[in-house]
Amino acid sequence: MRITSDEILHVAALARLSLSDEEVTDVSKHFETMLKYVDKLNGLDTEGVDAMSHPIDLPTALREDEVTTSRSESHIRKIMDNAPNTRQDFFRVPKIVE
Amino acid sequence: MQYESVIGLEVHAQLLTKSKIFCGCPTAFGAEANHHTCPVCLGLPGVLPVLNKKVVDFAVRAALATKCSITHSSRWARKNYFYPDLPKGYQISMFDLPIAEHGYVEVDGNGSIKKIGLTRIHMEEDAGKSIHDAERDSSLVDLNRTGIPLLEIVSEPDIRSAEEAGVYLRNLRSILQYLGICDGNMEEGSLRCDANVSVRRVGTESLGTRTETKNLNSFKAVEKAIRYETQRQIGVVESGERVVQETRLWDSEREITRTMRSKELAHDYRYFPDPDLMPLVVDDHWIARERESIPELPSVRRERFVRHYGLPPYDAEILTARRDVADYFEAAVVSCPDEAKLVSNWVMDVALRFIKEEKLDATLKIREWPCPPEHIGRLVSLIKNEVISGTIAKTVFSEMRKNQLSPEDIVEKNGLRQVSDRGALEAQVEAVLAENPDKVQAFLAGKEKLIGFFVGHVMRATGGKANPRMVNELALKKLETLR
Amino acid sequence: MSLHTLTINEAQTKLRLGEISAVELVNAVLTRIDATNPYLGSYLSTNHDQALDQAMEVDKVIREGGDLEALSGIPVALKDVILVEGMQATAGSKILQEFIAPYDATVTERLKRSGAIIIGKLNCDEFAMGSSNENSAYGVCRNPWDTERVAGGSSGGSAVSVAADQACASLGTDTGGSIRLPAAFCGIVGLKPTYGRVSRFGVIAYASSLDQVGPCTKTVRDSAILLTAIAGHDTRDSTSVNRPSPDYTQFIDRGVDGLRVGVPREYFVDGLQEDVKRAINRAILQLKGFGAEIVDISMPHTEYAIATYYVIATAEASSNLARYDGVRYGYRAKDVKDIATMYLETRANGFGDEVKRRIMLGTFVLSAGYYDAYYLKAQKVRALVRGDFEEAFKTCDFMLAPVSPTTAFRIGERIDDPLTMYLSDVYTTAVNLAGLPALSVPCGFDQQNLPIGLQLIGQPFQEETIFRAGYTFERNNDYYESRPPL
Repeated sequence: MRITSDEILHVAALARLSLSDEEVTDVSKHFETMLKYVDKLNGLDTEGVDAMSHPIDLPTALREDEVTTSRSESHIRKIMDNAPNTRQDFFRVPKIVE
Repeated sequence: MQYESVIGLEVHAQLLTKSKIFCGCPTAFGAEANHHTCPVCLGLPGVLPVLNKKVVDFAVRAALATKCSITHSSRWARKNYFYPDLPKGYQISMFDLPIAEHGYVEVDGNGSIKKIGLTRIHMEEDAGKSIHDAERDSSLVDLNRTGIPLLEIVSEPDIRSAEEAGVYLRNLRSILQYLGICDGNMEEGSLRCDANVSVRRVGTESLGTRTETKNLNSFKAVEKAIRYETQRQIGVVESGERVVQETRLWDSEREITRTMRSKELAHDYRYFPDPDLMPLVVDDHWIARERESIPELPSVRRERFVRHYGLPPYDAEILTARRDVADYFEAAVVSCPDEAKLVSNWVMDVALRFIKEEKLDATLKIREWPCPPEHIGRLVSLIKNEVISGTIAKTVFSEMRKNQLSPEDIVEKNGLRQVSDRGALEAQVEAVLAENPDKVQAFLAGKEKLIGFFVGHVMRATGGKANPRMVNELALKKLETLR
Repeated sequence: MSLHTLTINEAQTKLRLGEISAVELVNAVLTRIDATNPYLGSYLSTNHDQALDQAMEVDKVIREGGDLEALSGIPVALKDVILVEGMQATAGSKILQEFIAPYDATVTERLKRSGAIIIGKLNCDEFAMGSSNENSAYGVCRNPWDTERVAGGSSGGSAVSVAADQACASLGTDTGGSIRLPAAFCGIVGLKPTYGRVSRFGVIAYASSLDQVGPCTKTVRDSAILLTAIAGHDTRDSTSVNRPSPDYTQFIDRGVDGLRVGVPREYFVDGLQEDVKRAINRAILQLKGFGAEIVDISMPHTEYAIATYYVIATAEASSNLARYDGVRYGYRAKDVKDIATMYLETRANGFGDEVKRRIMLGTFVLSAGYYDAYYLKAQKVRALVRGDFEEAFKTCDFMLAPVSPTTAFRIGERIDDPLTMYLSDVYTTAVNLAGLPALSVPCGFDQQNLPIGLQLIGQPFQEETIFRAGYTFERNNDYYESRPPL
């Protein structure tokens, strides 16, 4: 199937990727190749087959409702030291407009 | 042309767990920014979620209390969207297999019970908070709230008016509070509500285009916004235009809803099963255990209050809206079971007003209130046994609030015992009649309401301590002799 | 004696006997790294000072006659997607160029508890997306057997560090072949454990339902030693399986007599390099000679594995990589005025081409209108692929196959043709889709003296069986003793 460059741009917007014109061309080409390749799955009859989300069958793990994390000052510093921009332990970002 | 509104509510209830839904961070309010976080709720590289069992307990409880069917094996899904207060770029929620579906909440409208259907209940994680007004060009992000467990409760579009929406929401809140799983405070955001509203001509079946209104942080806001949105949409339709399907914000200052300026470049949540979490399996044993923990729910309790205590439905409604108030009433009424209505008056009139004045509505604080319920019961007994009058009782009550003494002690200490000495009261009655010959004449001429005047005077003269029933009786008797 | 060539097992023995000191061992390895890394590009960072401090501690314990842990004094390196507190964790990406891990991954914790010395962090394809290690933001990692050829990916650095004696052993991650392929290309032993056997906590995710951490080692015994150290239930990983994990070394020498070896006929078709085919067939005959029974099996859905894998892996990746937004850590685009631009530019500049391609494809297959046709369909085919294995395992105890249709290809040869690159994983992705354990063991060299890998695929949680087969094969051949001509 063909994917238009508008569709590519829509997907890029969903993924929050700004793409150059070259990249749009590259991705379009890639989509075309891959979707054609992936199309072979449609040749398979999967009627009645259950979708498989996990390689193992287990019920999910559960934990007790207990506070277990330590919030020492050094922990907070390690977190904040990684942040590109902060103010008083807030993360600072360019203005969010609602 | 007659229109009706078609309303569905989406409620988010913060659950009263100690720790977050997928990590061991505390849920307590009021910490410094980002101090209640850890690598997991901050969405650091490499972290994985582990489900808090209590959240499931609470969800099962809510599902049972609203007559939902519980999904044996439900599934976690990722809801993908970008926002600075959503650390992972997706919210862990439920989508195609929620934990519960097909329940209902009863609402009482004009004496008849109506069931508002619940489409689904599911669990999810809360997002953080962004502060937009602290700096001119920046926003600040605090992720303490990120990962606090939420229950999303989605109603069917069964609601037909703003009032009905209010009743539904109050009843739902009551249920959640009774279950002890949410404190239900809309102002603080522990209970949030979005309203889906559309309008259609009365008599038509098909649904109109709906809008979703957000930012409704009080019961009043919910009702006002629905009224506003209904009128707005009718206006749009009447003028021959089409209602646009969109998300709107309630502006509580101007009391209008307005279009949200689009904050998203594009919108498509791309839900898919979360590969980090296995299916949630809730077996019959687990359900049975939670069923046992469910207390008598408000609607059942309301009926019992009417049946058992002989209370008017109005009283029962007010008293049972909150579990703590209902518990308080029942603890109070033990000491004077025959005077349930009087106890109810006291609890409703005085206690609830006090709660409101002290802003205790926010949390379930009545249990901590200095005046134990037994004292209210005994205060009513004192009135009933004519030890004190209703007027004096108010004085006694305000003392009880202050110093935790029993009503008996207060009466004794302050000499507030009612005067029921016939002779003394007779003398007082005679004195009052003698002082007001013109009023006596008027009474005898048929203005019988003046009895209140005479009784009032005697009460005043005795500092409120006279037995009003006896004064009334003596005054009538005396007046009869003057005919 | 060149200490850097020692296996874990040899080093353990020599340390215990006092023949060598931990400091000598660590120094030998660090010297080797300094000498070879400039042209191999396998290490992204080393832990020089701390490693030597730790080694001195170990030597002190030895001097004082104290108890040693299983891996005391052994230099181990980690793929740069595995978090070590206080060390960088770039995942081979610019978007994490300055990220310092504030916590230890569970496997890191377990290695430390076992006494291992974390010697450095290893190059890899960006976010483990690649088959050649050419997609790293920090340069290509080269094959020590021929530095004009790729190391294989995505755990290229993990394989090269072991093949070039820059570490006794290393950890990599395998999502679609990312341990086994570079292990085969570099002539070492690589294990992808059963999904759920090793904790993923603290490991930067590519595709959560496929990722698994595993050892890269010089020998099968070392693989068993390292798996024993890192395997086991972890309450911080909900996909970790709560079942006992044994000492894997105790089974390895039990031979293959009586074991049934399945040989999937669909794995020996067109495109399989002639001398690879010859080496694999020779291995089959050898195992038969040691008493194994050879069973012809069919895996009818083999040809769908790669398509299925790319839909599922990219879908999960598109979501897993959404957290790299420049808000809390990592790279943020400079001079952006509004939040929308911050996202777009941060992610556009921070991610490399292949990562962007996969995020795009993954976003697409999950998007409205395409979910059922692509993502859901792939999940159903995934069930069919697993079904093939379940069916086959009714008649065999483990399977034998090539790791890759070819030996290491030239750098740049496939980089402009992603699909051809993806097809390098034709024999490995199905194992991840089914969540099975698989071992890559050196089984010969091609005409250009490039290593060939033999893949042994086990039943779920039956790593013991493939270790037995791998060890038997290794003991009776000397491929593991060959060293690249550096």
